[in-house]
Amino acid sequence: MNEAMNNILNSRVPDGPLSEKWQNCKNEMKLVAPNNKRKYDIIVVGTGLAGASAAASLAEMGYNVKAFCYQDSARRAHSIAAQGGINAAKNYPNDGDSVYRLFYDTIKGGDFRARESNVYRLAEVSNNIIDQCVAQGVPFAREYGGLLANRTFGGAQVSRTFYCRGQTGQQLLLGAYSGLMRQVAAGKVQMYSRHEMLDLVVVDGVARGIVCRNMVSGEIETYAAHAVLLCTGGYGNVFYLSTNAKGCNVTAAWRCYKRGAYFANPCYTQIHPTCIPVKGDYQSKLTLMSESLRNDGRVWVPKDVNDSRLPSQIPEDDRDYYLERRYPAFGNMVPRDVASRAAKERCDAGYGVGDSGKAVYLDFKRAIEEQGEQRIREKYGNLFHMYQKITDENPYHVPMRIYPAVHYTMGGLWVDYHLQSTVPGLYVLGEANFSDHGANRLGASALMQGLADGYFVVPYTIGHHLATANLKPVSTAHPQFAAVKEDVENRVRKLLSGKGDRTVQEFHRDLGEIMWNQCGMARSQVGLESAIEKIQELRDQFWNRVYVPGVGEELNQQLEQAGRLADFLEFGELMARDALERNESCGGHFREEYQTEEGEALRDDANYAHVAAWEYTGNDSTAVRHTEPLTYDTVKMTTRSYK
Amino acid sequence: MISPGKKKLKLTIRVWRQKGSNERGQFRDYLLQGISPDMSFLEMLDILNEQLLDHGEEPVAFDHDCREGICGACGVMINGQAHGPDNETTTCQLHMRRFQDGDTIVIEPWRASAFPVLRDLIVDRSPLDRIMQAGGYVSVNTGQAPDGNCLPVPRHDQESAMDGAACIGCGACVAACKNASAMLFTSAKVSQLAQLPQGQPERAQRVLNMVAQMDAEGFGSCTNTYECEAACPAGVSISHIARLNREYVKASFCSTAEPTIPMK
Repeated sequence: MNEAMNNILNSRVPDGPLSEKWQNCKNEMKLVAPNNKRKYDIIVVGTGLAGASAAASLAEMGYNVKAFCYQDSARRAHSIAAQGGINAAKNYPNDGDSVYRLFYDTIKGGDFRARESNVYRLAEVSNNIIDQCVAQGVPFAREYGGLLANRTFGGAQVSRTFYCRGQTGQQLLLGAYSGLMRQVAAGKVQMYSRHEMLDLVVVDGVARGIVCRNMVSGEIETYAAHAVLLCTGGYGNVFYLSTNAKGCNVTAAWRCYKRGAYFANPCYTQIHPTCIPVKGDYQSKLTLMSESLRNDGRVWVPKDVNDSRLPSQIPEDDRDYYLERRYPAFGNMVPRDVASRAAKERCDAGYGVGDSGKAVYLDFKRAIEEQGEQRIREKYGNLFHMYQKITDENPYHVPMRIYPAVHYTMGGLWVDYHLQSTVPGLYVLGEANFSDHGANRLGASALMQGLADGYFVVPYTIGHHLATANLKPVSTAHPQFAAVKEDVENRVRKLLSGKGDRTVQEFHRDLGEIMWNQCGMARSQVGLESAIEKIQELRDQFWNRVYVPGVGEELNQQLEQAGRLADFLEFGELMARDALERNESCGGHFREEYQTEEGEALRDDANYAHVAAWEYTGNDSTAVRHTEPLTYDTVKMTTRSYK
Repeated sequence: MISPGKKKLKLTIRVWRQKGSNERGQFRDYLLQGISPDMSFLEMLDILNEQLLDHGEEPVAFDHDCREGICGACGVMINGQAHGPDNETTTCQLHMRRFQDGDTIVIEPWRASAFPVLRDLIVDRSPLDRIMQAGGYVSVNTGQAPDGNCLPVPRHDQESAMDGAACIGCGACVAACKNASAMLFTSAKVSQLAQLPQGQPERAQRVLNMVAQMDAEGFGSCTNTYECEAACPAGVSISHIARLNREYVKASFCSTAEPTIPMK
């Protein structure tokens, strides 16, 4: 029997009451002495919030870090695009917030599909993150007295979100990036930009290095280390159209999956409710309008299906503020999955607005009347500016039109409490892992998780691995590096042999259409089964008909994209398979067969209160599904209600 | 309102083609038809590339990533203007409705000796990272921070610091400047940290080192032509350059700090 088949997913959750677990874990972990840290090399792949914060923190501690990113500068990772804010349980507004409440909101927001202990730790370290960022000079919004300001985000009844205008992700990333640059100058971090990780090197069962392609010279390079941190973000671009940056991809995570890391809950994807609607077949990406807008914007559609009047001519009585109607307690601030489904429900019923009928209004009229245009401009100026650039409409005068779009992926590589994957020595941080958001992520929590993992979790847990794993010296001269390098070179060669009649982008659009229609906001058994077939067909077609120009030894963007798409074509099938196997609706995973009479998601806690972690077995269509049961010792699983 | 009936554009795209850093480049003309005015500029380049691929030609290489104006990856000279004709707009946020049917659009990479061309429209902007490495940070290790509210920051200082912090590091200021100066970029970070209490301990050292590195990279000097401000997609004002100059003079004459980076 396959040895891995017997592998029980050991989450290594520490003993003790929930609130003491992290402290107990820290007390018991082995340490690496300060003067020994310089003997260890650590590879960090990706320089977003998780990667940059981890790389900087580990270098500050004395480790030798090699950091890699595919962008031309570490500062451009897609964390930069997060707009609204970052949560923390500071309770500065004195409105009753606490670590427990942040924990509970996050667990509930995730529809009781996240690991209790991880989420509690996340809430626990949230306050340290704010302190750390302020100390770096991150210019968080402040009150007139000079103290930090907060705003409210979806799924919460307290104000706990810290923000920098509509550019919070940018400012937090620049804070982490500045720490990273400081360590580059200190010689503790070697920075490799325009490098794409194409494979993981596992020696004697432990992750010991990576294989990269230098995206300028095209050279395939190998790097060895004592541990590898994967901070490579999410896989939302499997849908082609998403709010992710164009370069975001699943390749690094997928290569690790193929080397033995289990992929957890790939079907959990977040469809963000407030994005600018799709407008043409040439569209290359979707743009998010921050959830913070729902603090002041009101979502509505006309009450009458046939109402074709301009929004300004529709009087109050003829408007259906459907979120306020259906969810009076949370109103426009319901969590993202709920808001997205409600928008889809209205549009599917024919109430949608705009040319396509696939949009609802987000209206600031009342907020502008009450607070003045200047105040609204201060809060959301850059978002309104961006909206106007894209749509040619002025949202100060005309309500925005918005529609849900793929935004974030809660699934990712399976990790234990230490953030270690099923491959020892391979740690996975931020969006690339599955750990903290369950089936749905609350707004302003992604930034929190990325920085928690990088600043305050992995710097502790990696030491335990290095101190206990008894690692032998391994360099890139080890035969395993040559073997993996050859795999990568063969793969690149195979892609470059594609001289068919269809472009990478055409195939990517086709894949995106399958995924959006059958594995998007609503899923069904029939749809998913047909999606799996279609993806398999598309994958065959891709290898027979794709056209990849040029050669490998040059800057070749089509080759980069082709490699990423080839992995998406394999990953998409696993995602559909995971959605098919999960016979319930929870959070962002909505199976049409499992809903209440009111159309709300219907969970099946008796059979599906577990993490699904998929093991690669050598074939794209026969991955093995393992489960990690989710037990809730502190909270009681309830039906989420935001009414 | 997005009206479905807008006229499609027919354009001539004159674009810089250069295979690598050490190869000679040249302009090439391509005809494009059926361009929707609602397309973004980069979507227009996508269409051009699909057309080139259909003809078995190599597509035009250009940097881009977030396509929502925040990552700073994209940026080209469009008819001689960095990021094109719109105010406070990155190339990815520029839309084709700004152009007329029949136009010829000239597209070039950023031009600066500090930014060598890697391929077509892609340049090497790593000098900007090195300026940051010279001092664009507060030296605080993870775990050392006191409570976030222990140091109040006057709201106008914080807002003004945020104005500088908004820089996206795209390099348009360098490209727009006749001297290829990186003063706006450098000043944005110096100014942000000079106005915050967290930036005070290293204030003098920071400005001296960042300016020394900027000079060492081969960027030119500022002669106050304000082109950088006009081109900046993040609205960074040249008043930050004024502050940079004040900070530099103060650090040079009124502090004991010395640059640790060799002066040019």
